[in-house]
Amino acid sequence: MARMMFLCDAERCIECNACVTACKNEHEVPWGINRRRVVTINDGKPGERSISMACMHCTDAPCAAVCPTSCFYTTADAVVLHDKDTCIGCGYCFYACPFGAPQYPRVGNFGGRGKMDKCTYCAGGPQQDNTAAEYAQYGSNRLAEGKLPLCAEMCSTKALLAGDGQIIAQIYRERVQQRGYGSGAWGWRTAYRLEVQS
Amino acid sequence: MSRLLLALFAAAFLAAAPASAQNVVGTPANPAPVPPRALELEMQQMLTGGRIAGRVTIPDERAANLIQPAGQSWRDFHNTTLTWVGGIAILGVLAVLALFYMTRGRIPIEGGPSGRTIERFNLLDRSVHWMTASTFVILALSGLNLTFGRFLILPLIGPEAFATLSLWGKIAHNFLAFPFTLGIVLMFLLWAKDNIPNGRDIAWFKAGGGLIGKGAHPPPAGRFNGGQKMVFWLTVLGGAAVAVSGYILVFPFAFTDIAGQQLAHMVHGLLSVLMIAAIMAHIYIGSIGMEGAFDAMGSGQVDLNWAKEHHALWVEQEMARGRVSAPPAGAAAAGD
Ligand code: HEM
Ligand code: SF4
Ligand code: SF4
Repeated sequence: MARMMFLCDAERCIECNACVTACKNEHEVPWGINRRRVVTINDGKPGERSISMACMHCTDAPCAAVCPTSCFYTTADAVVLHDKDTCIGCGYCFYACPFGAPQYPRVGNFGGRGKMDKCTYCAGGPQQDNTAAEYAQYGSNRLAEGKLPLCAEMCSTKALLAGDGQIIAQIYRERVQQRGYGSGAWGWRTAYRLEVQS
Repeated sequence: MSRLLLALFAAAFLAAAPASAQNVVGTPANPAPVPPRALELEMQQMLTGGRIAGRVTIPDERAANLIQPAGQSWRDFHNTTLTWVGGIAILGVLAVLALFYMTRGRIPIEGGPSGRTIERFNLLDRSVHWMTASTFVILALSGLNLTFGRFLILPLIGPEAFATLSLWGKIAHNFLAFPFTLGIVLMFLLWAKDNIPNGRDIAWFKAGGGLIGKGAHPPPAGRFNGGQKMVFWLTVLGGAAVAVSGYILVFPFAFTDIAGQQLAHMVHGLLSVLMIAAIMAHIYIGSIGMEGAFDAMGSGQVDLNWAKEHHALWVEQEMARGRVSAPPAGAAAAGD
């Protein structure tokens, strides 16, 4: 089994937000929830870079560590998923997550948090793969169909890479060697304690 | 006018000239700036507790935070600090109380019950006390469930039942926050004037108070003695801080950003477990720890001898106002 990761090559990302839209559409994510977003740092200044970010599916995931109901689990592909039936919407995973990945529909008491929603790496949830029940709660399960996450698959500049961590790191390294520069793999140190030479 | 503009252009050109003169060899006049380095930025923000943020096009400013390494310290607080501080404080107080009960037993009314009573708390006082107390207990249990439940209860009842329990706990915690806050405010209004610390309290503490002090009566106290004043201010000030931090958590991101939310949670969690530990001691003294004490909040009528032992000055005042019940027929004389 592969150790699945995301890598965003900031030298290629053009902030088109297609990944954001594709994700929302593929999983029919409700209004107000964004499993993926593009953040532009140094906007309008020298060194401006855009980075597409979602749940990084951390090694030793902080969200899982703090969840009061222990509703997270890690799949054989190292994808971090959670069970919405046992989530109580306490919001602790958002406080712990380094990437602001967990999202909450505003349906709880006083318009507070409902059950948490986040990027599933297009891998669904705890139910039977590719069932209507799974789709309703978590969206589609492309991984079970042998496909990679849609955001990375349809990225027009191939800035966003998804797949086995070693392979995408190798692709990134080759790119950096060819063009002679790169700002590194955003979030990799924080999520995987890894550093990609660039 | 055009001359002035020309002069300005010339000045601007001259000012810029030395900078561009250095870049003549090969490279374009606008050299590509060094990109920000992911690794260095992440390390730096981790060390300084800052975060990497930018601009997003979606209307959610929280999404503009790219990486917030402070989440890791919050995780440490929640999983390690809070668990240990809470565990030690609560078990520690339990152990001390058990030890105290085993060695000293129940503190009796020294003169024995007199049979005559005096009204200590009226219906309003008692209603406020029990509203605050009952909501406190449920808030404490539903809160502690978030800290310790996954270790203590989840293995016993399984994930589904535990999720249901925790969900109800969360709903109770959110709604009972309001009567609890009202109770804290009313307590302050009703009792603050009798709880202002004074010199007598110091003497009272020096003598070991009403619980630890041996033999002789503790120094006379007014309506509330030093120990009770401590419990009062702990409840009012601690309760207020817990309530304010709690409302920040109930309405996430309405008042503050992620760093503020994390801080509010830390204040809330830490103060809560400390208050729970302190209130356990309060519950002990008010129930099995001391003969005659419970009546004050039960019926509101306390035995006159108990009142004289613990609140001599207050009894004098009340006597002067003629607020002591008549002795029942055939009662023993008040023993002092
Ligand atoms: C008065 C108003 C209060 C409000 C608005 C409030 C609100 C909250 C909120 C929103 C949370 C986060 C989890 C959740 O959504 O359920 C929480 C956690 C917690 N509360 Fe409260 N609370 C209040 C009073 C209290 C009191 C009086 C206690 C204890 C005696 C308490 C103890 C706790 C504990 C122990 C936690 C969990 C900490 C952790 O494990 O992370 N709360 N509270
Ligand atoms: S990115 Fe956030 S939500 Fe995803 S695994 Fe890491 S801590 Fe959990
Ligand atoms: S919001 Fe849900 S998933 Fe996140 S920590 Fe709370 S219970 Fe766990």
